[in-house]
Amino acid sequence: MKGNILTIMRKELARFFKDPRLVITTLILPGLMIYAVYSFMGDGLSTQFSTPDEYVYRVDAVNPSNHIKEYLKLVDFVDMGEVSSYDEGIERLNSNESDLLVVFPQDFDKAISIYSSGKAPNVEMFFNSAQIASAEAYTNMTNILNAFESSISNRFDINNSGREYDLATEKDTTSQVFSMMLPMLLMVFLFSGCMSVAPESIAGEKERGTIATLLVTPVKRSEIAIGKILSISFISLLSGISSFLGTMSSLPKLMGMSAEGMDASAYGVSDYALLLAVILSTILVIVSIISIISAFAKTVKEANTTVLPLMIIVMLIGITSMFGQGAPSEAIWYLAPLYNSVQCMTAIFAFSYSTVNIITTLCVNVSISIVLLIVLAKMFSSEKIMFSK
Amino acid sequence: MNEVLRAEGLKKTFRLSSKQQKIERTKKRKKIAVNGVSFTAYEGEIFGLLGPNGAGKTTTLRMISTLIRPDKGDIIVAGSSAVKEPWEVRAKIGFLTSELKLEDFFTPNYMYDFFSALHGVDEKVRDSRKKRLFEKFGIDKFAEVKIANLSTGMKQKLSLVVSIVHDPSIIIFDEPTNGLDVITARAVTDFLLELKAEGKTIIVSTHIFSLVEKICDRVGIIIGGEMIRCGRTVDIMGDLSLEDRFFEIYRETVGDAE
Ligand SMILES: Nc1ncnc2c1ncn2[C@@H]1O[C@H](COP(=O)(O)OP(=O)(O)OP(=O)(O)O)[C@@H](O)[C@H]1O
Ligand SMILES: [Mg+2]
Repeated sequence: MKGNILTIMRKELARFFKDPRLVITTLILPGLMIYAVYSFMGDGLSTQFSTPDEYVYRVDAVNPSNHIKEYLKLVDFVDMGEVSSYDEGIERLNSNESDLLVVFPQDFDKAISIYSSGKAPNVEMFFNSAQIASAEAYTNMTNILNAFESSISNRFDINNSGREYDLATEKDTTSQVFSMMLPMLLMVFLFSGCMSVAPESIAGEKERGTIATLLVTPVKRSEIAIGKILSISFISLLSGISSFLGTMSSLPKLMGMSAEGMDASAYGVSDYALLLAVILSTILVIVSIISIISAFAKTVKEANTTVLPLMIIVMLIGITSMFGQGAPSEAIWYLAPLYNSVQCMTAIFAFSYSTVNIITTLCVNVSISIVLLIVLAKMFSSEKIMFSK
Repeated sequence: MNEVLRAEGLKKTFRLSSKQQKIERTKKRKKIAVNGVSFTAYEGEIFGLLGPNGAGKTTTLRMISTLIRPDKGDIIVAGSSAVKEPWEVRAKIGFLTSELKLEDFFTPNYMYDFFSALHGVDEKVRDSRKKRLFEKFGIDKFAEVKIANLSTGMKQKLSLVVSIVHDPSIIIFDEPTNGLDVITARAVTDFLLELKAEGKTIIVSTHIFSLVEKICDRVGIIIGGEMIRCGRTVDIMGDLSLEDRFFEIYRETVGDAE
C-alpha cells in the first residue's frame, strides 16, 4: 500500500515543519552560521595580513634622491619625507612614526647617471617585519626601486605590454577550489543534516514508546522504514542545501578571492543534475546507516554518541578529495560507498568525471540503501531491538 | 458460543540484563514470564486476566497483540495465527496498554486521523466515529490541544479511543482503569459493557477484583506466569467473594511452590 508510506511521511514532515525550533536549527541556522563564520574568517584573514587599500606608506629617506622622488609621483601609496640622519630615521621607525627608512648614499643621483661599471651605489632599507605596514612598505619599495633600476638601464622587459598574461580562466580557478573543498564540506553537511533528524525520528520514537503504537497497526514494517527514510532524506537534503548555499556564497571570501574569480555558474545544467543525483544517492546511504544505528540505540543520546565516530570517518573520507591527483578513474574505486560519492563530486567539480563511474556510484548507493532498508524493516519487526530494556 | 480467540500453551522467556538482575534480586540469567498459558475467549463476552504484579498478564496480552512472539504456543485470533500472520491479527484487534504512547507533539485530532489512515478507515466513517468517541470521553474540548499538555487521565482516554479507530471486533485492554479517577474509571467500564452489548469480544487484564466481578463473564487467574484457574467468574467464585477465593487459590499455589 502506497497510502501508508505517504501517511507516515506526511506525519514525519508535519512533525518537522510544524516545529519552528526544528526548522530554525536544522534548516535556517546551518546556512546562516556557515555564511557568517566563513565570511568573518575570510574578512579576518585578509584584514589581519594586509593594510587597508587606501593606506599610504610613510617612508623616511636620508639623502633622498630626486630621481626617485620624481619616479614616486607615479604611485599614490608612498609618501617619502626627508630625515637628517640614519639615527633619527631609526628612532622614528622604532617609535612607529614611519614605516620604512631608506638610506641613499650621498650623491646618489649623480652616481647613477655616470654609472657604468665598477662598484654600484648601495641603497639600504630598514624596516620592522613585525609591523604589517612596514613589511609591506619594504616589499613595495623594493619593487619600485627594482623597476626604477631597470628603467634606467633597460635591456629587456617582462610582461610589460598590458596584455592578459595569466591564462587561468574563471572555470579553472573555480574548478580547482570547488573540487578541493566542496566534496568534504558537502559530505559533512549532509551527514550533520541527517544526524539532526534521524536519531530523533527513530531512537526518539523508540525511547518515548510511540513507535510501539505504530507497530500494533497492520502497517507493514517495510512501509514504516520507507516512510521514515524518505522523509528523513528529504529533510536532510533541505538542510544540506541550506549549508551548501551558505558555503557557496561565502567561499570566495574565505579563499580570499574576488567573487568574480570564482563563479558557480561555471558549471552547466548537466553538471548540476549529476551532482544532485550523486547527492541524493549519498543521502539515501547516509540516512539508512544512521537510521539503523538509531534503531539499535535505546535513546536519542545513545544514537548520537554512536553516530559521532562515523561522522569523523566521513570527514576523513571527505578529506581524500584534497589530496592526490583528483578522482581515480578506475571503476573499482566507485564500489566503496561514501568514498565513491566524494570522488564523484570531486570529478564533477573538476570537469573531469566519467559517466561510467558516476553510474557505478549511483547503482552501488541505491543497492546499498535498499539492502539497509530491508535490514531496518527487519529491525522494526524484532522485539529484541524494539523493546529492549 | 462462538470461539473468537484461543491462546494455546503460550510460553515466553526473557533474558535478564545485569541491571534487571539487580532489580529482581536474582542471579538467574533468564526469567520465565509466561509458562504454558492457554485459554479461550468467546464472541460477545468479556474475558478477564486476573493476577498480581509480575504475574505475566501484560506479557500474555503483548503476545496476543503480536508485539512480541511467544517462544512456544500460538494464539488464533478469529482464524488468524498471531505467530504466522501477525499483520492479519493486527487488523482485527484493538490493543491498549500503558506502554503504547502517542506523540506529545501532535493534537488528539491529528493522532486520531493518523491512525485511522493507517487502518484504512474511510474519512466519512472516521469523522462520525471520532465525533462520537471524543464526545463520550470529553476529548472534544481538547481536540486541538497538544498531547503534551493533556492530563494523564485525558492521555489515557485518548489512547483508548485511538486504539479502536478501526472499530475492531476484538478488543484487548491491559489494566484499562489504572491511574484513572473513579468517574473516568466508571466511564471506561461502562464503555466496555457497551462494546460487549454491540457483540464485541473483550479481553482485559487487571488486579482489581471488583472490576472482574462486575464486568467479566469469564476469568483466568494467572500467578507466576501460569494459568491457575480459568472459567466462568461465578463458577470460580462459588460461594465466596472473588477476593476471598483468589487468596485461597493464591495460598494453595504459592504454598505449593515453597
Ligand atoms: N522485556 C522484558 N525483559 C525482561 N523481563 C521482562 C520483560 N517484560 C516483562 N518481564 C518480566 O516478566 C514478568 C511478567 O511481567 P508482566 O509485565 O507480564 O507482568 P504483569 O502481570 O503485567 O504485572 P503488572 O501487574 O505489574 O503489570 C515480570 O517479572 C517482568 O519483570
Ligand atoms: Mg502489566
